Amino acid sequence: MLNYTLRRLGIAIPTLFIIVTAAFFLMRLAPGGPFDAEADLEPEVLENIRASYDLDKPLLTQYRLFLQRAVRGDFGPSLVYKDYSVTELIAIGLPVSIQLGLLAKLLALVLGCTGGIVAALRQNTTVDHAVMAMAMTGIALPAFVTAPILALVFGLYLKLLPVAGWDDGAWRNLVLPVVALALPQVAVIARLMRGGMLEVLRASFVRTARARGLGEARIVTRHVLPTALIPLVGYLGPALAGIMTGSLVIELIFNLPGVGRYFVQGALNRDYPLVMGIVIVYATFIILFNLLSDLAYAGLDPRVRKAYR
Amino acid sequence: MPSTPVTADRAPAGTTVLECRDLTVRFRTDRGEVAAVSDLSFDLRAGECLGVVGESGSGKSQTFLAAFGLLAGNGRASGSIRYRGEELLGAPPETLDRLRGDRLAMVFQDALSGLTPTMRIGDQLAEVLVRHRGLPRREAQDRAVQALAAVRVPDPGVRARSYPFELSGGQRQRVMIALAMLCGPEVLVADEPTTALDVTVQAQVLRLLRGLRDETGSALVLITHDLAVVAGLCDHVLVMYGGRAVETGPVREVLRAPRHPYTRALLRSMPSLTADPDVDLAVIPGQPPDLENLPPGCAFAPRCGRAHDACTADRPALRATGPGRASACHLDDAGGHHGV
Ligand SMILES: Nc1ncnc2c1ncn2[C@@H]1O[C@H](COP(=O)(O)OP(=O)(O)OP(=O)(O)O)[C@@H](O)[C@H]1O
Ligand code: SF4
Ligand SMILES: [Mg+2]
Repeated sequence: MLNYTLRRLGIAIPTLFIIVTAAFFLMRLAPGGPFDAEADLEPEVLENIRASYDLDKPLLTQYRLFLQRAVRGDFGPSLVYKDYSVTELIAIGLPVSIQLGLLAKLLALVLGCTGGIVAALRQNTTVDHAVMAMAMTGIALPAFVTAPILALVFGLYLKLLPVAGWDDGAWRNLVLPVVALALPQVAVIARLMRGGMLEVLRASFVRTARARGLGEARIVTRHVLPTALIPLVGYLGPALAGIMTGSLVIELIFNLPGVGRYFVQGALNRDYPLVMGIVIVYATFIILFNLLSDLAYAGLDPRVRKAYR
Repeated sequence: MPSTPVTADRAPAGTTVLECRDLTVRFRTDRGEVAAVSDLSFDLRAGECLGVVGESGSGKSQTFLAAFGLLAGNGRASGSIRYRGEELLGAPPETLDRLRGDRLAMVFQDALSGLTPTMRIGDQLAEVLVRHRGLPRREAQDRAVQALAAVRVPDPGVRARSYPFELSGGQRQRVMIALAMLCGPEVLVADEPTTALDVTVQAQVLRLLRGLRDETGSALVLITHDLAVVAGLCDHVLVMYGGRAVETGPVREVLRAPRHPYTRALLRSMPSLTADPDVDLAVIPGQPPDLENLPPGCAFAPRCGRAHDACTADRPALRATGPGRASACHLDDAGGHHGV
């Protein structure tokens, strides 16, 4: 298992390198440049600015310089947020995004798993239909619809919670964005969980477990769940990696200082260093969480465990 | 944890442990109702081995799944199945869970996929003892290894720590038998315990079942297509056709002098049992009955060489034809129509 993990981490580095390289050159292929908005600048001034960011050098040289700095964790200064280095911006935004994303994922997991399990155990009853109806609604309603509604109801009318703002992550400010972010995921998780459960409940080993009089609680927790969780684990890997970009819309609606808005601003303004920094963080997340999800598979399924040895 | 005492409380040999009366099992499907079992009655006595035979779809498995409360979601059972007087049909889950795995055990037809793939063999055995005997985990684990040794699984200590996918088919079947025998059940139902296994392993498993019955005095129900197995292992036989009992009686007598035309046809299709190797060994011609549209008369009539008018008009009742024997055929009405 340890061997497997090390092997996977070994592959991760070249993978990351390829992603970063592709992102670097693709971004330069896109038309436009970082200082287009400042079109009224004197050509010499513009040239000076470009030179100060090494943008006047040949592309391959820029690429080499970028790599040299990046391995030291230095992504250079942001071109849009002029007083900040990219590393600083990420250090400000990432904790917010992660806190938001993780809390939402946690809430979605608790609600979604409970809903899915209960629905599966009461298949085709009112409870099941109710859970699935709510799930369908959750999937149909994207966060940019539910978020304003939530803000309107709980913020403006009931005045229970703040409409927007971060306030250093006070729980009152977290509630609405976390709920809005979690709702569509609750739906997806509940459906995955229910599907996984139903499939396993039909398996003949569950019937034989019942024939041994083990009792429903033990059968569900020990005999059904480990196998029934597998589809969910497959979803969670990439989904956890997406906590950064997933909260983008929510961050904008609730005006939260997450990394999402830097990504958007960076991409729109051709802020090359900023975009590269975020791409690297995001790619690292994806690689790590996919590895974690593969390790979780191994934890659940002894056959996979054996194959990983 | 409350549980029935281990062996002190066993029913004395010869007393009825399982009493099935007018069992009817129906399945609701898109196309209509499937009559899987109809008006089935039989008794199972302590220490007895009952063979249940009949071709595929005759209701053998559903009969005992109903007794264990394990019918599929679209199935309903009516009638009565009592374990030592205690009603099983419609019993609350707590009652069933107290008896299942302890007093009543079943080895399923698809036993090879009957072990939970994500749990170690030893844990699956141990949890039954923890549940029904209240043993501490460690002790239950030790007993699990002993139980594997008792069904002659090689390297029981290693196997207890293995997962199901690491075992061969024969080993898994033994584990299923070990699981079923763990609490010394009074009734053990073995549904086709050998069909999925190759011939040498089949013989070993049958020897194992015989040994277990002789040692523990459990009542054994053996569901099978194979009359040779019935002949070798069972005391009584229940022949089913289209969800009904068509003939019952002591094995030796039924096999020596079958009364019902279906039993005869079944015997003729068994090469190892016919004295004369030249008689035709063909399978019984014709189709099994359509359980969604059972005829009002004898379900075997379309395939029966001796069918007559009464057969399509009235359903023959199961009637005594001798001591401990019964048959459901109009040929028995007037008595003596049978000339073998
Ligand atoms: N869930 C279900 N829905 C509809 N019909 C069913 C269902 N389960 C079983 N049946 C039907 O009930 C009938 C009796 O099935 P059963 O399993 O008792 O047969 P069997 O005698 O054990 O046959 P085999 O020797 O093939 O195991 C079959 O025709 C089967 O198709
Ligand atoms: S009742 Fe008639 S059809 Fe049925 S088995 Fe007897 S003789 Fe044949
Ligand atoms: Mg069967």
